[in-house]
Amino acid sequence: MSRWEVVIGLEIHTQLATNSKIFSGSSTAYGAEPNAQASLVDLGYPGVLPVLNVEVVRMAAMFGLAVNATVAKRSIFARKNYFYPDLPKGYQISQYELPIVVGGELFIRDDAGDEKRIRITRAHLEEDAGKSVHDEFEGSTGVDLNRAGTPLLEIVSEPDLRSAKEAVAYMRKIHSIVRYLEISDGNMQEGSFRCDANVSVRQVGQVELGTRAEVKNLNSFRFVEKAINFEIARQIDVIEDGGVVVQETRLYDSDKDETRSMRSKEEANDYRYFPDPDLLPVEIEDSFVEEVRRSLPELPHVKCARFIAEYALKEADAEILTVSRALADFYEEVAKTTAGDSRIAANWIIGDLSALLNRDNIDIQDSPITPIALAGLLDRITDDTISGKIAKEVFDGMSTGEGSADEIIAAKGLQQITDVSALDAIVAAIIDANPAQVADYRAGKEKLLGFFVGQVMKETGGKANPGQVNQLIKQKLS
Amino acid sequence: MHKTACIITAAKFVGYLVRLEIPDRPVSLTKEQVQHIAILARLQLEDDEFEDVVSKLSKIVDFVDQLQAAPTENVVPMAHPLNMSLRLRADDITEADNRDRYQENAPSVESGYYLVPRVIE
Repeated sequence: MSRWEVVIGLEIHTQLATNSKIFSGSSTAYGAEPNAQASLVDLGYPGVLPVLNVEVVRMAAMFGLAVNATVAKRSIFARKNYFYPDLPKGYQISQYELPIVVGGELFIRDDAGDEKRIRITRAHLEEDAGKSVHDEFEGSTGVDLNRAGTPLLEIVSEPDLRSAKEAVAYMRKIHSIVRYLEISDGNMQEGSFRCDANVSVRQVGQVELGTRAEVKNLNSFRFVEKAINFEIARQIDVIEDGGVVVQETRLYDSDKDETRSMRSKEEANDYRYFPDPDLLPVEIEDSFVEEVRRSLPELPHVKCARFIAEYALKEADAEILTVSRALADFYEEVAKTTAGDSRIAANWIIGDLSALLNRDNIDIQDSPITPIALAGLLDRITDDTISGKIAKEVFDGMSTGEGSADEIIAAKGLQQITDVSALDAIVAAIIDANPAQVADYRAGKEKLLGFFVGQVMKETGGKANPGQVNQLIKQKLS
Repeated sequence: MHKTACIITAAKFVGYLVRLEIPDRPVSLTKEQVQHIAILARLQLEDDEFEDVVSKLSKIVDFVDQLQAAPTENVVPMAHPLNMSLRLRADDITEADNRDRYQENAPSVESGYYLVPRVIE
């Protein structure tokens, strides 16, 4: 048992999926020509005024309700002052003392597999900055302000996480929630969902927190885990070598799998927050919150519990299937359509279908096998037309567009041989052809049963029902 | 004088106060504090400018400090001098692409990007 305890808090930045920016009518669509979506407000021209997008408020409220937080009746926008070329105003409009979402909680599984409550401190609205391009222009930095003013919800956790794995579990949970709520596309490659991790270590039993380092801009679950694990090991090394951890901002380098200091000669962060005089307080009526509450979809943990109860799923399977709304909807359509066992439906989706989608990097929405088609395949297993083994062959055919399960079974003649006399003849022939094995079996080598079954399956191209074959052979050899 | 004015502009709330006549008193800001503010505001002050800037900024701070005497225990802080709440706009795209016009004002652009002196990461 390590004598070190790890303490982690996450700040997750989620881009909200609005059409227009938080304070201007520019489009937020990803991938436009540089600066084609940067209006006078986004460019920080003098004399312009920000006007808040109502959708942003609604989305923040949805998140707040989904994590059992309080949606503040009154919240304030503040200016966070710093200079960087991708922030043309010289300040970022954010929220400081009075954020829109206060408190909250969600539940994850800790490293031992037990349920653990993680407290959410707050979630506040802010505008994203632009993008700087450092290596394409001789001696200059290029600035693209299309992203400037894109709405962000920054979700801040309490330092309740105790390992890199827990941090990832928490981040996945938040990711799942924002996508269920459809308030963010959660696209990590495009930077719609990224996080900063505050990491510190302390001796087990120590009450006060160790000095923390902030690891910035982690944009994949894998990097979060690796960066935090690197940082934990680094801090323990520093302390065990008699050193002191310095409070600083560090950057994770995924190529080298290490974090390094971003410390500059400049003063420590001093953002001189003050209420933005361009924006009045945001006041939210109870009726607005109630309307939002009524619009909330079924949330992942509720759906998970319902799947366990309604479809007799194992908890682990239900958790996997409810990670995304699209996957859960897919499963539910299969389970409702098939006459077969809803647990077998779960196995096929978690196993073969997920493997297929992963291999070809396809989203569940674009699955080449529709829920109805998959249900059709499961029905043929249920009514004993085909064995589970043959079903995999049919599944492969369906994935490459050869047709429905029934069409493939008919075209390839894959239905199981249920005609006992036909099977009987094959079994008899196998027994005749292998006298030595028959003698050994009769002398007590019962393991040879598998050999005979294998021979029959080979002879029938896998189309015999294994249970039936087993019985037939036993009868004949007894 | 220009740099002093910039610092004062940075402190927008109290910017106009510099024109007020405030009786001389001991300065309440240190040179280190002013140096810190200057760095944050990206201003370089020469050594011989500090005395003047420290004195003028101190006067502003002292003037505003008088507010500390007001009893505010039971007062809800205002975030804005107007006692109103924010009006919101619908989530509609209302801005067209005016990049070429906006970039006419920029000293340097290339391939649609605004160019700035290289930022060393």
